[in-house]
Amino acid sequence: MTDRYDAVVIGAGHNGLVCAALLAKAGKKVIVLEAAADVGGAARTRSIAEGYSVSACAHLLYQLQPGVVRELGLNVNLAAKKMGTVALAQDGVHVRFNGGKVDGVSEADAANLRAFHRRMTRFADLLHTYLNQPPPRLGGGTSRDWLTLARLGLDLRRLGKTEMREFLRLIGMNIYDEVDERFESPLLRGAISLDAVLGTHLGPRSPNTILTYLYRLCGNHGTLDLPAGGMGSITEALANCARNNGAIIRTGMPVKRIIADNGRAAGVETESGETFDSWTVISNADPKATILTLTGSRHVETGFTRRIHNIRMRGNAAKLHLALDGLPAFNGLEKKDFGDRLLIAPDANYVERAFNPAKYGEYSPQPVLEITFPSFRDATLAPTGKHVMSAIVQYAPYDLRDGWSDAAHEAFLDTTLATIEQYAPDLRQRIIASELLTPKDIEREFRITGGHWHHGELTLDQFLFVRPVAGFAQYAMPLDGLFLCGAGAHPGGGVSGAAGRNAARAILAREKAA
Amino acid sequence: MENPVTIDVVEQKRLRSPFHARQVELDRLNAWHDWKGYTSPDALYDADLEYFAIRNSTGVFDLTPMTKYRITGKDALDYVDRLVTRDMRKIKPGRVAYAVWCNDHGQVIDDGTIFHLREGEYRLCSQERHLAWLTAAALGLDVDIREETADIASLAVQGPTSYSVLKNLQLDGIEELKPFGLAHFDFQGSELMVSRTGFTGDLGYELWIETAKAEALWDAVFEAGKLHGIRAIGTEALDLARIEAGFLTAGVDFLPAEGTVRPGRSRSPFELGLEWLVDFKKPNFNGRRALAEEKRRGSTWRLVKLDIEGNKPAHHSYVYKTVNRRRKQVGFITSACWSPVCKKNIAIGTVNVPHGETGDELQVEIYYQREMHWSRVMARATVVDKPFWDPTRRRATPPAPF
Repeated sequence: MTDRYDAVVIGAGHNGLVCAALLAKAGKKVIVLEAAADVGGAARTRSIAEGYSVSACAHLLYQLQPGVVRELGLNVNLAAKKMGTVALAQDGVHVRFNGGKVDGVSEADAANLRAFHRRMTRFADLLHTYLNQPPPRLGGGTSRDWLTLARLGLDLRRLGKTEMREFLRLIGMNIYDEVDERFESPLLRGAISLDAVLGTHLGPRSPNTILTYLYRLCGNHGTLDLPAGGMGSITEALANCARNNGAIIRTGMPVKRIIADNGRAAGVETESGETFDSWTVISNADPKATILTLTGSRHVETGFTRRIHNIRMRGNAAKLHLALDGLPAFNGLEKKDFGDRLLIAPDANYVERAFNPAKYGEYSPQPVLEITFPSFRDATLAPTGKHVMSAIVQYAPYDLRDGWSDAAHEAFLDTTLATIEQYAPDLRQRIIASELLTPKDIEREFRITGGHWHHGELTLDQFLFVRPVAGFAQYAMPLDGLFLCGAGAHPGGGVSGAAGRNAARAILAREKAA
Repeated sequence: MENPVTIDVVEQKRLRSPFHARQVELDRLNAWHDWKGYTSPDALYDADLEYFAIRNSTGVFDLTPMTKYRITGKDALDYVDRLVTRDMRKIKPGRVAYAVWCNDHGQVIDDGTIFHLREGEYRLCSQERHLAWLTAAALGLDVDIREETADIASLAVQGPTSYSVLKNLQLDGIEELKPFGLAHFDFQGSELMVSRTGFTGDLGYELWIETAKAEALWDAVFEAGKLHGIRAIGTEALDLARIEAGFLTAGVDFLPAEGTVRPGRSRSPFELGLEWLVDFKKPNFNGRRALAEEKRRGSTWRLVKLDIEGNKPAHHSYVYKTVNRRRKQVGFITSACWSPVCKKNIAIGTVNVPHGETGDELQVEIYYQREMHWSRVMARATVVDKPFWDPTRRRATPPAPF
């Protein structure tokens, strides 16, 4: 005898938890099944050595939607707010910036950055509106869809003629051309380029990298926060919130398959053989895993299967975690800078060159990095006087040509450390423990196909109306009762909770309509 | 300066079927056309005589260029069942199913026949090539899809004496073979598959064999049929026969959905009069959701068979209907001919719903030329629901010897 639930959520990632919490709050009987031993998915804190903890995948909070926090009454503890960025230079003459404010560049560059930031945040605001609602459906949509679409047009028009033209010019463009035209400082060019390509299989010269940059800004204007206790604290809070609202969360329960019964989702079966019956199955897994692995293509149609199969989602970002017996000495870095974000991307060409080998299945010999020392602001993460470092390292292609063998893994770690040593020569002497997660590791550990954080490249052809695929952007999948609520659905990745909340709303609205 | 680019001489632009040499021996017209990359005869001697061979004795048509795929693997049944709209679980080994397959929008990609050769082993035959779609349909299933058009020689042996011809070929048990049945025989050490299928609406068979034995098979069939009026036929004769039988041709009576650009130019199975092939009892098949929606909302088009007054074939005619004493254009003709065996002027066309129900009176506008000058008639046309030609001998098992 099995229990029947109003909804089964597969995966306790942050979106799954947001969705579950909102449904539970609306009075639904919800169960969340998580494969791992802890909740959190890619938003998790974990120990890398005795006494040292770090955010296991996502490490900075820049998109968490205020609406999600408000609706769930979430108590978010931040160790740092509005962190600045230091674009590292080998000679120690760094550029420091935060939003539109910058030090260490010419007067002209400073003015240009102000204008650039103002415009970009304005454009990002345009997208922001659509972050928190299902994208309109084109062709055969409802009046609500048309209204949303009309508003998108109106918002665009309200930018004014010049700005609208500028938006339309920029939206498909690459970041390289824009920073090259606008700034003199190579460090500034490199830093902005890096922000545009973080977590993607794109270089600064790839079309569409303005969109990825805007996406980064559209959550909260790109302000960077550091959650106290690592990213896991956010998902812990979400899990508690879900539980308080009555949701059941069971960890260590990998789902084997979504049960399709006579053309509709009827529940899930776990690896251990337990079944959970529900007419609503919500998947926090990526679209490929959800459809191709869990549902099975035989239960959906061919055209849809082909589109899902063709979603581009090859991860290209690795994650480096170091336990250190003290802060390394970076050339020209002041102590307070360790509380900010450090970038190794000395110019836009450097970033592009780092990307070049990735196209051919090789990792960057000179990778780009986004480095944080979370323990500098959050003493709970490391023993007194000791520190942890968390860095995103690009590019490390998922499909490394010769495979991610132990030797390749070791070699890339060495390459990465050697790159940082160009800025902090004593780094290696400080290392107590290290951990490098390649996209293959990320795929395995966090169960993300291709190890791509966003559950699918964020490009115009996989964005808004066509995310994850055309015709199915409103969370409902073509198997009745099956929904997506993760980063693979609109709007995309990042610890925002937007996809989870939108999915919960879509599910409740559908129920009301039925 | 010498041109450094050399272009290889293309020796043969069109492929030749393994029966080509035999057809050439019989050919008196030298009238050939391209059929999916193969040289295929319009007619070999006289299209009308060839047609009468189908209806009165036996016509032999080279079917090799028909696109053929072999579907094997553990999930072969699940695969074909999801691919097409009808229930393939009912098609046991040794049976053949006429089927249509749709895209996700419920629009027909093509129609064809699926042969359940052995347990879990299928052959799919169609007018168009579909490897891209068939491969996509295989994602996530344990099946192997192989195109075998060039590997299998096939002959249609059609007409009232075709049973006697095959009987003479010493095919033991051929008398037991029911319509849409298939059986395997030994032919000179090779496996000969015979199916009781065809595109003529008459008693008839299709023979399938490895290409190396093609000429030997041709010779044996013609030897066996020499006292039964056997005659090689071309496409023109076959086309007349298939219109009489009410069979559709992809690219003529409907366009394969994946090849259309303009909205509304593709057709659903309902719009092709193939509702009987759609089985909503199946929980999932390609196009199911869209077709369920179409069934709820109603279709746009309806395929009609028309019995037209007069004797001038209504090629490419507009179809009209008088509504409130005003003549309104409601559709068009896609295939038309004067049917020699029915002695009727017949056509297949497409009209807008709600027009074209059985018995509906329509008009077709027929243009015809006499000594360069064009004339036009408005001919009355009646919608009929049965095929124009459907003799009982087509279904008799065992068939009668003629």
